[in-house]
Amino acid sequence: MADPVDATGPAVRAGLTRTEQRGRLREGLRAYRLIAGMWIRSTMAYRTSFALTTLGNFVASALDFVAILLMFSRVDALGGYRLPEVAFLYGLSTLSFGLADLAIGSMDRLGRRVRDGTLDTLLVRPAPVLAQVAADRFALRRLGRVTQGLLVTGYALAGLDLHWTPLKLLLMPVMALSGGGIFCAVFVAGAAFQFAAQDASEVQNAFTYGGTTLLQYPPTVFATELVRGVTYVLPLAFVNWLPAAYVLGRPYPLGLPGWTAFASPLVAMVCCALAGVAWRAGLRSYRSTGS
Amino acid sequence: MAREERYGGLAGDGPGGAPGGAFIEVDRVEKVFDVRKRTGFLRSERRRVRAVDALSFTVARGEMVGYIGPNGAGKSTTIKMLTGILTPTGGRLRVAGIDPARERTRLAQRIGVVFGQRTTLWWDLPLIDSYRLTHRMYRIPDARYRENLDRCVRLLELGDLLDVPVRQLSLGQRMRGDIAAALLHDPEVLYLDEPTIGLDVISKAKVREFLRELNAERGTTVLLTTHDLQDIEQLCSRVMVIDHGRMMYDGPLAGLHEAGESERTLVVDLERELPPIELPSARVVRVEGPRQWLAFPAGESAAPLVARIAERYPLVDLSVREPDIEAVIARMYGRPGPGAAEGAPGGAPEGAEGAVSAGDAAEGAVS
Repeated sequence: MADPVDATGPAVRAGLTRTEQRGRLREGLRAYRLIAGMWIRSTMAYRTSFALTTLGNFVASALDFVAILLMFSRVDALGGYRLPEVAFLYGLSTLSFGLADLAIGSMDRLGRRVRDGTLDTLLVRPAPVLAQVAADRFALRRLGRVTQGLLVTGYALAGLDLHWTPLKLLLMPVMALSGGGIFCAVFVAGAAFQFAAQDASEVQNAFTYGGTTLLQYPPTVFATELVRGVTYVLPLAFVNWLPAAYVLGRPYPLGLPGWTAFASPLVAMVCCALAGVAWRAGLRSYRSTGS
Repeated sequence: MAREERYGGLAGDGPGGAPGGAFIEVDRVEKVFDVRKRTGFLRSERRRVRAVDALSFTVARGEMVGYIGPNGAGKSTTIKMLTGILTPTGGRLRVAGIDPARERTRLAQRIGVVFGQRTTLWWDLPLIDSYRLTHRMYRIPDARYRENLDRCVRLLELGDLLDVPVRQLSLGQRMRGDIAAALLHDPEVLYLDEPTIGLDVISKAKVREFLRELNAERGTTVLLTTHDLQDIEQLCSRVMVIDHGRMMYDGPLAGLHEAGESERTLVVDLERELPPIELPSARVVRVEGPRQWLAFPAGESAAPLVARIAERYPLVDLSVREPDIEAVIARMYGRPGPGAAEGAPGGAPEGAEGAVSAGDAAEGAVS
């Protein structure tokens, strides 16, 4: 599996064996768990605030879907997709993004940590920095979006009239997780970019929040160039468009072959690996420039 | 006061030193930053800044060393290289035989770091929770953890604070909390970056007392940067002065005073306005009503001076002010003050064009 966990020195990295890499991954997950646990305890220091923000988070994302419902009260189809189909896209995109957001959604704060120097306090701990940054401000309130994604997916499944096969059923959790992986890669790459440009969190948001909004609508409503961009350049299409085309029995965007519907896990792995490389490069440049 | 203790507390300076040679080895280490300065909307100028320039020193196990210098001199950059945060541009650097840049996480188990102005404690959680995290993250054996925690709690008087959320602690309490957090895993060396900055007198004294004991009893090597000369006076037998990334002085504090011809100031309040006090060993630098300021060499004791004044003048009150470190250094190198003139006579030939402003720029980029 791709190991986007921290960088040491080039020489040491070159000498890392498989077991050592697995060890680092385990170390990273352990540190992540410890720090995420601390953040959960920290939020519990303000229980009311936690309850309110969780509720607010849920309501805000729920209203988002209400907008789509309102739209469909006027039209029967959007880009040839009916309401349950759009809901299917919406639900799975939101679920994927929600999972990534829950796991490492605060990575866009890295730029601030670089600016105020608190990143240094993470660098002197015996744990991979990526894991520590990923767990930063871990917030359970982000479960609100995941919940909403699940509910909308459920709503879609109830309304869809499909011939279900085991493969289609299996593809759904796979796409949710692969999509989460792809969004995680975007978060990590965005954070890595913040080593170079510390105020770039808005650029990152354009790709994460912007990306998930884009995927909530059928590919048929967008210009071909845009669809090409999110397929070949930043492969967000593999989050839901392509696998959903198979599940819903729709034509594949850009006339892609049918196997691409099953390529999401592979794409997610490649994305994570590339993001890991970007992260290493970013951290290395930070450690050589200190800014 | 504690002069004997001060020297007695020094474990590594004796003939033994460290069994395996120097504990910290810095050999011609340099750090060059490319600083980009905006000159227009999209244009920027790149400038090479040598924040640390061919720096060499060694620290034996158990030494307690003060590391001082004006802002932007390269202190923080050095500490960051010693902890593995920054990779040196050149030279050789070893801490406990480990190359910090390459094996940062392995080294982390053996060092403790306290950044004076950035707490590592968890703001919203009781102090004890931060320690529990350290316990698990550093994989400290339970018995060792409990023993170290008990010791720190006792010596740093943290007992009543353990269940208090960190955000409710005072600055001094938090600093003590931070120091304890850095010591739970028995580090062999402790780096302190401005440990007494912003603390009140009592907190400062507690922190210093603790560090002295830590060094004397546990033999922990301590390297501290500070602006407070008293930190150095009360703790360190050795002081290293860095300016423009170069070592300007490395030796006992007394030597620094000699080199800098520094002066302490005796402030006396007399019963009434009188003409300036005339004494051979001190000179009056300021008079304001009944209050007079007398400068005298920092190496000399204030006691005979005070006795002589009390003999001849109606003395009401007095206080002694220590020379501030920047003034000492400035005088040492014949400069009006930090950040003022160009090119110290001692150094900065090629490679550090516009050395003073370059130093400032480096601080901006690093801190």
